[in-house]
Amino acid sequence: MPDTASRPGMLEQDAHRLSAVGDWTLPHYARLREAVAKVHEVESIDLQRLGELDTSGAALLVDLLGPDSVREIAQWAPNLPAERQALLKAVADANRNPLFAPPVPRGNPLAALAGLGQVAELLARQQLRLVAFIGLTLSTLLKTLFTPWRWRITSLSAHVQQTGLNAIPIVALLTFLVGAVVAFLGATVLRDFGATIYTVNLVTYSFLREFGILLAAILLAGRTASAFTAQIGSMKANEELDALRAQGLDPMEMLVLPRVLAMMISLPILALIGMLSGMLGGAVVCAMALDITSTQFLTILQRDIPLEHFLVGIGKAPLFAFVIAVIGCLEGFKAGASAQSVGEHTTSSVVQSIFMVILLDALAALFFMEMGW
Amino acid sequence: MNQTGEAIVEIRSLVNRFGDHVVHEGLDLDIRRGEILGVVGGSGTGKSVLLRSIVGLKQPDGGSIRVFGKDLQRLPSAQRTQIERRFGVLFQRGALFSSLNLQENVALPLFEHAGLSRSDAERLARVKLALAGLPPEAARLNPAELSGGMVKRAALARALALDPEVLFLDEPTAGLDPIGAAAFDRLIMTLRDALGFSVFLVTHDLDTLYSSCDRVAVIADKRVLVADSLATVEATDDPWIRDYFHGPRGRAASLAARHHSSPQGERR
Ligand SMILES: Nc1ncnc2c1ncn2[C@@H]1O[C@H](COP(=O)(O)OP(=O)(O)OP(=O)(O)O)[C@@H](O)[C@H]1O
Ligand SMILES: [Mg+2]
Repeated sequence: MPDTASRPGMLEQDAHRLSAVGDWTLPHYARLREAVAKVHEVESIDLQRLGELDTSGAALLVDLLGPDSVREIAQWAPNLPAERQALLKAVADANRNPLFAPPVPRGNPLAALAGLGQVAELLARQQLRLVAFIGLTLSTLLKTLFTPWRWRITSLSAHVQQTGLNAIPIVALLTFLVGAVVAFLGATVLRDFGATIYTVNLVTYSFLREFGILLAAILLAGRTASAFTAQIGSMKANEELDALRAQGLDPMEMLVLPRVLAMMISLPILALIGMLSGMLGGAVVCAMALDITSTQFLTILQRDIPLEHFLVGIGKAPLFAFVIAVIGCLEGFKAGASAQSVGEHTTSSVVQSIFMVILLDALAALFFMEMGW
Repeated sequence: MNQTGEAIVEIRSLVNRFGDHVVHEGLDLDIRRGEILGVVGGSGTGKSVLLRSIVGLKQPDGGSIRVFGKDLQRLPSAQRTQIERRFGVLFQRGALFSSLNLQENVALPLFEHAGLSRSDAERLARVKLALAGLPPEAARLNPAELSGGMVKRAALARALALDPEVLFLDEPTAGLDPIGAAAFDRLIMTLRDALGFSVFLVTHDLDTLYSSCDRVAVIADKRVLVADSLATVEATDDPWIRDYFHGPRGRAASLAARHHSSPQGERR
């Protein structure tokens, strides 16, 4: 209500009688509440000089007098307008049950310890759940493999476009820049040994074996795993997943498989693009800063770099793709019904998938080193 | 009841469209101070879109909407916020904030706009929730844990938080049990009588129309066909209106209303 000309509400006390004066409305709530809190033991109140009254004012009167007497006042008070009676009665009725919210349980010192245990258990459970989800994905994949009429080509190609095609510019640009940086580093260090020509080997080795796939995978983890989680998470918040299940449709088959497969198609291609563009970045720096012409670069590449480096690099792509996509989808399924929870799980999916990519890459590097590949 | 209150919302030759799809064309409507205006129309006739354009969530493609004598779309944002605070909106799907529990949902406008302390705001929020017919335990629930009817009640409590001057309700009684729906209607009328706000009430519930609306606006053919007292609207010669009010449900509701409301009508 417009309060420009309103008189602030007050509680006046003379001798034994309380009277409510002025406007008991929301703008005066804080002050009135203090006044009300100071009063103990009231039997009756004079409402003759009450100005405006809204629900918050009525709630204060109920606080002051208790719901029962307010209901009585509403009924018996002389010359109280009918609509005000109704308001007081409605608010008093609403306060019939005590409105103190159930107390939040307090923490005790042991609770911290218990919390730690819960977190640890949760972590373990999450890993289990990831493994279970991987199994579920694989078994769904196997089932649909032999029923080609259930392949979702449209959905798959749409996802390939979103995850793969649309990511090409950013992957190419990023790897080009990193390639240039690696070449600069190599040039600086190797110049002291007069071995700048080995910059070519440095760039090509690192991009074929590691950087091409790693950068592409990390980019997709940030770009696509988050998108998967947000898509599936908001579908879950909107009960769309339940709707699918209730119609006898399998969310694993409808939502997860196309995404996982699209990722497994896109990442190797993006990794290849990353390798090429990283080496291009290196070649440009070589040509400009080290006077190694592109012909020389290509000759060294062809003569000194065996194919197996490329195979080692690209061979990791399907594995990384699978892990990223599965984590992205699973986090979506884990999201709760609130916007905040979708956000939390999106963050978690990016962090987890990047972590897993780097961890797996390190393990793979160890493995390949031991194998001498 | 002041039947002849001045218009606080004036809509003139409103046009709304989405791409080629014209929803409103030349729509005129007034909301008067202190009235409960029922808005009816078939599904997809643009009742919710009309509501959204009045509260300024959708920019009209033509015509004008004046609220408290001002055009919302032309106001600087500070003044616009001032006016928007005088609205209470219950969205068709509730639109509760999913990351906050019910009591926080209702308390949010109270401590953002009314400057209450957090504990005061939450206390008042619990009163509003109880007023809307929710049990005290519900205060700590999250929106995802509610039944459909509870969502409506919580959304009403939030719409009422600031004791608005105009209350926009989009199908508030859809999904409520009949007893709850009747209590809902009564609550709206009680509050309207006590606080004098106006209500823009989109509804498919004929009982609500008969029991609580002062005027009824019928939306069809992209405009308001009639906006008048129920008796006049019922008597309007239009096939849709005839089917609506004189179909089996319309007749039943009208009978029931006549039964109940005569003594009440005397009292007012
Ligand atoms: N954001 C939007 N984009 C495109 N079209 C829309 C949008 N919102 C509404 N419409 C269209 O506008 C028309 C009116 O929709 P509106 O939601 O107002 O219907 P309604 O009268 O509220 O129906 P109901 O009674 O079913 O709630 C519909 O045809 C709908 O398709
Ligand atoms: Mg609608």
